[in-house]
Amino acid sequence: MTTTRDDNQMPSSEIALEVRDLHKSFDGKKVHQGVSFRLRKGEILGLFGGSGSGKSVILRSIIGLEKPDRGQILFESQDLTRLKERELMKVRTKIAYVFQNGALFDSFTVEDNLAYPLREHTQLTEKQIHDRVNEMLELIDMKGANLLLPAELSGGMQKRAGLARAIILEPQVILFDEPTAGLDPVNTKRLLENISKLKKKGITGIFVTHDIPAAFEIADRIAILYNGKIAIMDTVESIRNSTDPLVQMFVSGGHITE
Amino acid sequence: MMYSLRFAGGFGLLCVQILKELFTPPFYPRLVIQQLFAIGIQSFLLVAVTGLATGSVMALQFGYGLAKFGGTLYVPKIVALTILREMGPVFTSLLLAGRVGSGIAAEVASMKVTQQIDAVRALGTSPIKRIVIPRLLAALIAFPILTLFADYIGLFGAMLVSLHDLDIDTEYFFSKAVESLRMYDLLTGMAKTIVFAFFITVTACWRGLNTQGGTEGVGNTTTWVVVTSSIFIMISDFFLTKLFIATVYPK
Repeated sequence: MTTTRDDNQMPSSEIALEVRDLHKSFDGKKVHQGVSFRLRKGEILGLFGGSGSGKSVILRSIIGLEKPDRGQILFESQDLTRLKERELMKVRTKIAYVFQNGALFDSFTVEDNLAYPLREHTQLTEKQIHDRVNEMLELIDMKGANLLLPAELSGGMQKRAGLARAIILEPQVILFDEPTAGLDPVNTKRLLENISKLKKKGITGIFVTHDIPAAFEIADRIAILYNGKIAIMDTVESIRNSTDPLVQMFVSGGHITE
Repeated sequence: MMYSLRFAGGFGLLCVQILKELFTPPFYPRLVIQQLFAIGIQSFLLVAVTGLATGSVMALQFGYGLAKFGGTLYVPKIVALTILREMGPVFTSLLLAGRVGSGIAAEVASMKVTQQIDAVRALGTSPIKRIVIPRLLAALIAFPILTLFADYIGLFGAMLVSLHDLDIDTEYFFSKAVESLRMYDLLTGMAKTIVFAFFITVTACWRGLNTQGGTEGVGNTTTWVVVTSSIFIMISDFFLTKLFIATVYPK
């Protein structure tokens, strides 16, 4: 039998984001049936789950790309599920989404991709934007790639550029949607190093992944989504040492039937 | 049937969203200019060749047909009226439905299936403002101008053919064409293209934004937009013409 060990005693001042009783169906298929969890300020939460279990849908619901059928997503004392698109646009400067494939604008150069949020949401001059873009490119080990188009980048570089674009406004919460999927070990290591640098700066985030070692390296706590709910939520250490059959199945790479 | 209803609803909702966002900042004049170049300037050659060919063929056909009744001298009047009222606007719009409609549909659909539309939203910006409105405004400006250009080059083609094949001299052609044309002939033709431009662009954007199914979905979207736009142009042209006959053209 699985258990949920969420920190219900967490003081509200420590909560960066809270998901309460989230329900979502697609064409009659229930994906979420009461997903609830709290994200502590300054922590990275690893989110595991079988393929099609709705991990990415949680992230998409948080940032407002999907509308949940029911439930609440609380961020800065407001329920994001009730906000209109225009109000959500402001929230999206504080919560960033790192897409699985980078989702770079393919007609823009790397520099224009990274500059996009700065041009849209800040009053910086073009010189300041250029400097900030270079700073970010250095952070992700892509110095000098300013004028390349996304088609000229490797998969790993696209993901890193997508990461840089997402965090360039220094958001409060970062949602990582399978950032290491499809990457070779070298690129995975490089991307994780980039995320580790951010972690040292104290970022808060949710890290959706099938890559168990990566999650163990990056996350502070792990949540397991199973049968439309968060079945288990605990520290990395506890998950690593858990004898729970469900945890074992995920950690040892076994097959989960939902 | 269900899809037609979905399209009608989606088209209506997109129009409402466009109206809501059209007058609120931020505005993107640079994107409108970029689209004007892509939709307008880059379509000039296509419109010029087609306009020239259409005007020339019409002069030939009318010249040949009317010669049997000794009516060759009516060619300038008939051709001028037909080009300005019908052939210019409809042919130009059909061509642009193919070139511009398919281009917008394919671009927006590709952005949708590669999550670039989601990225626009996730980065705190509006796809309606950044993608739909610039294309719509550019089309509303470019279509009537391209039609005007097609009208003139069509008349020019007809004039050349009349001179070469029908022995109608340029001065006579010009004077008869000007004599038979009124400003409303030109304006009603251009008004039609504004309706066509609106429909083609909003349809292409709506379908592009709702594309599913990867590259195959992009292909289906493009085909669907061109077919739907072409059918709309032909059917709505009939009703617009009836409307103009009832309200604008002299009895």
